[in-house]
Amino acid sequence: MRVTFRVNGRRQEADDVWEGESLLYVLRERLGLPGSKNACEQGECGSCTVRLDGVPVCACLVAAGQVEGRDVVTVEGLADYAKERAAGGGCATHPGSCGTAGTSLDAARRWEARPTDSATGEGAQLAPIQQAFIDAGAVQCGFCTPGLLVAADEMLERNPNPSDADIREALSGNLCRCTGYEKILDAVRLAAARQSEGA
Amino acid sequence: MGTTGTPTNLTQGSRTSGGIGESTLRPDGTLKVTGDFAYSSDMWHEDMLWGHILRSPVAHAEIVSIDTSEALAQPGVYAVMTYDDLPTDVRNYGLEIQDTPVLANGRVRHHGEPVAIVAADHPETARRAAAKIRVEYRELPVVTDEASATAPDAPVLHPGRADHHAPHVPHPNIVHRQPILRGDVAEARRRADVIVEGEYVFGMQDQAFLGPESGLAVPAEDGGVDLYIATQWLHADLRQIAPVLGLPEDKVRMTLAGVGGAFGGREDLSMQIHACLLALRTGKPVKIVYNRFESFFGHVHRHPARLYYEHGATRDGKLTHLKARIVLDGGAYASSSPAVVGNAASLGAGPYVVDNVDIEAVALYTNNPPCGAMRGFGAVQACFAYEAQMDKLAAKLGMDPVEFRQLNAMEQGSLMPTGQVVDSPAPVAELLRRVKAMPMPPERQWVTTEGADVRQLPGGLSNTTHGEGVVRGVGYAVGIKNVGFSEGFDDYSTARVRMEVVGGEPVATVHTAMAEVGQGGVTVHAQIARTELGVTQVTIQPADTQVGSAGSTSASRQTYVTGGAVKNACELVREKVLEIGRRKFGSSHPAWATAELLLEGGKVVTDGGEALADLADVLEGEAVEVEEVWRHRPTEPFDLRTGQGFGHVQYSFAAHRAVVEVDTELGLVKVIELACAQDVGKALNPLSVVGQIQGGTTQGLGMAVMEEIVVDPKTAKVRNPSFTDYLIPTILDTPTIPVDVLELADEHAPYGLRGVGEAPTLSSTPAVLAAIRAATGLALDRTPVRPEHLTGTA
Repeated sequence: MRVTFRVNGRRQEADDVWEGESLLYVLRERLGLPGSKNACEQGECGSCTVRLDGVPVCACLVAAGQVEGRDVVTVEGLADYAKERAAGGGCATHPGSCGTAGTSLDAARRWEARPTDSATGEGAQLAPIQQAFIDAGAVQCGFCTPGLLVAADEMLERNPNPSDADIREALSGNLCRCTGYEKILDAVRLAAARQSEGA
Repeated sequence: MGTTGTPTNLTQGSRTSGGIGESTLRPDGTLKVTGDFAYSSDMWHEDMLWGHILRSPVAHAEIVSIDTSEALAQPGVYAVMTYDDLPTDVRNYGLEIQDTPVLANGRVRHHGEPVAIVAADHPETARRAAAKIRVEYRELPVVTDEASATAPDAPVLHPGRADHHAPHVPHPNIVHRQPILRGDVAEARRRADVIVEGEYVFGMQDQAFLGPESGLAVPAEDGGVDLYIATQWLHADLRQIAPVLGLPEDKVRMTLAGVGGAFGGREDLSMQIHACLLALRTGKPVKIVYNRFESFFGHVHRHPARLYYEHGATRDGKLTHLKARIVLDGGAYASSSPAVVGNAASLGAGPYVVDNVDIEAVALYTNNPPCGAMRGFGAVQACFAYEAQMDKLAAKLGMDPVEFRQLNAMEQGSLMPTGQVVDSPAPVAELLRRVKAMPMPPERQWVTTEGADVRQLPGGLSNTTHGEGVVRGVGYAVGIKNVGFSEGFDDYSTARVRMEVVGGEPVATVHTAMAEVGQGGVTVHAQIARTELGVTQVTIQPADTQVGSAGSTSASRQTYVTGGAVKNACELVREKVLEIGRRKFGSSHPAWATAELLLEGGKVVTDGGEALADLADVLEGEAVEVEEVWRHRPTEPFDLRTGQGFGHVQYSFAAHRAVVEVDTELGLVKVIELACAQDVGKALNPLSVVGQIQGGTTQGLGMAVMEEIVVDPKTAKVRNPSFTDYLIPTILDTPTIPVDVLELADEHAPYGLRGVGEAPTLSSTPAVLAAIRAATGLALDRTPVRPEHLTGTA
């Protein structure tokens, strides 16, 4: 089957998709977007967390056919998504998921992910949560990082001043085996603090 | 990710300033947060096929027949291979003992053993074709523990063993046996005022790295193969892969792809040979990615163990003796069992002075899943037992458990039970003091103005209690781990360092085969180069087999050994740079001949700080490159009969204090805080050091309260190969982990550093167990603790 949907603001078509394929498989193997990680394929680890019409989901649990005509944001588009949100007064997401003053769907679709310097990552424009993960030492092997970033970014959108308990609850669907989570908490606190200072 | 065929995004460049001792940021951080970092499972190639492995559904059986014809006939299937299709007579592999079949040879010895491999144009096609391979099994009786493995009529798992441990083991189903004998235990036992005994059970833990086993094998025009792979030691893989393929090692070119964690689970081969075989058979690139279910069968686990301990002490609290027997279940194949035995035995007394010791450690061959390396490597199991013993002794003597430990703590100059002198700082008592001195978390922290915050309580969001039936306990533990490969192993690393001018700026390039698995070795290598060579810009080349071996990313050794090799190569480069400088500018200033010269801030400077020349001018038109092997001081094997010997190059120590709250009605545990104090010698990168300590601590927490691969004792089949059923700590399960880092230099090590990664994994588990015992008053002689152990319904 053919699946047509938007990924990081860009229209994408995937052909010859087998009905059993997940959104994760289509992103990784058909669209050249391997940032979303496959670590369990059963919705336990959160490594493949993407936003589907603004809502965080495990891409491994979404059948490819379900995304027809819908909007997906992956870690590859997170920086532009955050930039657009900042420009739009704090909400880049789908109507209804970010309060009544949110950006319209059309407005949210204005932005498009740009290629970054893929040799070293230098010069890449990062979302505040991405920069905070680097600065706080929240990245070790990095396999859980994309999913955590998408989940944490979504939480900060809903709750700009989270308590530690709020952060833990929001990120409880994302497993990390390297860090013991302390530096991930640091990173989210840092991003929240920078967000409130910069606002 | 490349679209033209060759995987890219493996180079990690850096312009971050900062030498050793600074918390510089990871050079691969940006790639990892943007999703651009190329992990082994992200590899892609035009015209690529997908490999899949058919595994045994039973633990022990003869293979009567295999029929691959229907699988081969499936559209989209390019190859199906079994044992009979292997290209050479080398059909086994193994880290130390080559007892592991590449594909089953007429017999399977554990649940999940590879039987056949398939290559197809879609992963699902490969999976479905594998399901159409008809294998007829004739089941054999299973051996699953010491009694069944060493019974007179036990089936021998590896008949005709010719390995070097075979002559000294008491039964062919025992991989290796290491006694440690010192002093006179019988005499000391008579002097003991108190004696405590215990039998402890340690469950089977999984590394549960998040990035599944995966890689891409690309056949080359010269008949060789290029392999992009996540591993812990490229050259050890190469040594095992090439003979099976019938290729010289220089035709198997390996490049480290992004590694999604390791923790020991990537020391053994997984899909490497299978992918290469299929690539060479089909002439097409072949990618294999395990899913999580397969990953649980695709790598070795931490040895489960039974540990029998007897300690004695005098009335005033001095240890008199230790008798211990440690039985490790190595499962169906040897993997690193012999070295795990050596560790468990030699570190079995813990960080304590005990003059009279009789320890025996053995590893079994059984039909359980193969076990091998995992963070802590034999020392973890022992620490669980001896720390429980310390608490029992203190209780029996009416002493404070921390003071009792401090009274018996080893220090610099103490003798190990192996007779080895601990010849660098061993601040065991100090670490306990520090961790005890940390402020305690507040009581009843779940109370809020709006009632109980269930997220802070045992059971969490399941909302099982608002504080009713909840009791608090505090527990302590301390452990000792060896750093580096031991027992006489030639534990070297190689580093190639190049210095040149690029764009008018001096640039250092560091090339090693070190597997960066997340630990931050790449960060540290750049820091070392900046410190030694005075440059800002350092490029870390991708790790591959085009440079000499860097040894394994394990045993807490990489910063010590490959870091040492980078430091050594930088020093040699510096000498050559100074030679060029003297040649070019020596006549311009007398200090070129007379002063001690350093490279700092892009200049050649005297030890008095006077700048003599810009490095850019010295290196104009000339590049300097050095590749050199570096070794730590040698160790020696343990005597096979007495266990005496200078077996370990360095020790590392960590102590934990656990604070837990237990819902005694439901048997649910919430760890409130897990404080750690560790001596790291020198923190080359403090941010990364703390990250290692917190990560290791959390894996120990998992082992205490949730993580266990459950194997059916009747069938030896794995019951819980998924993240639904094998639980690892989430952010809700993991408490605050305050860390106190002590830096007492080891004069034998580069910069005085001490390996960091493993020690915190040791003491974390027994500290949590001690806290649960303190809260509940239960004996709890097994880990992990499950609710039924706390409610009396087990």
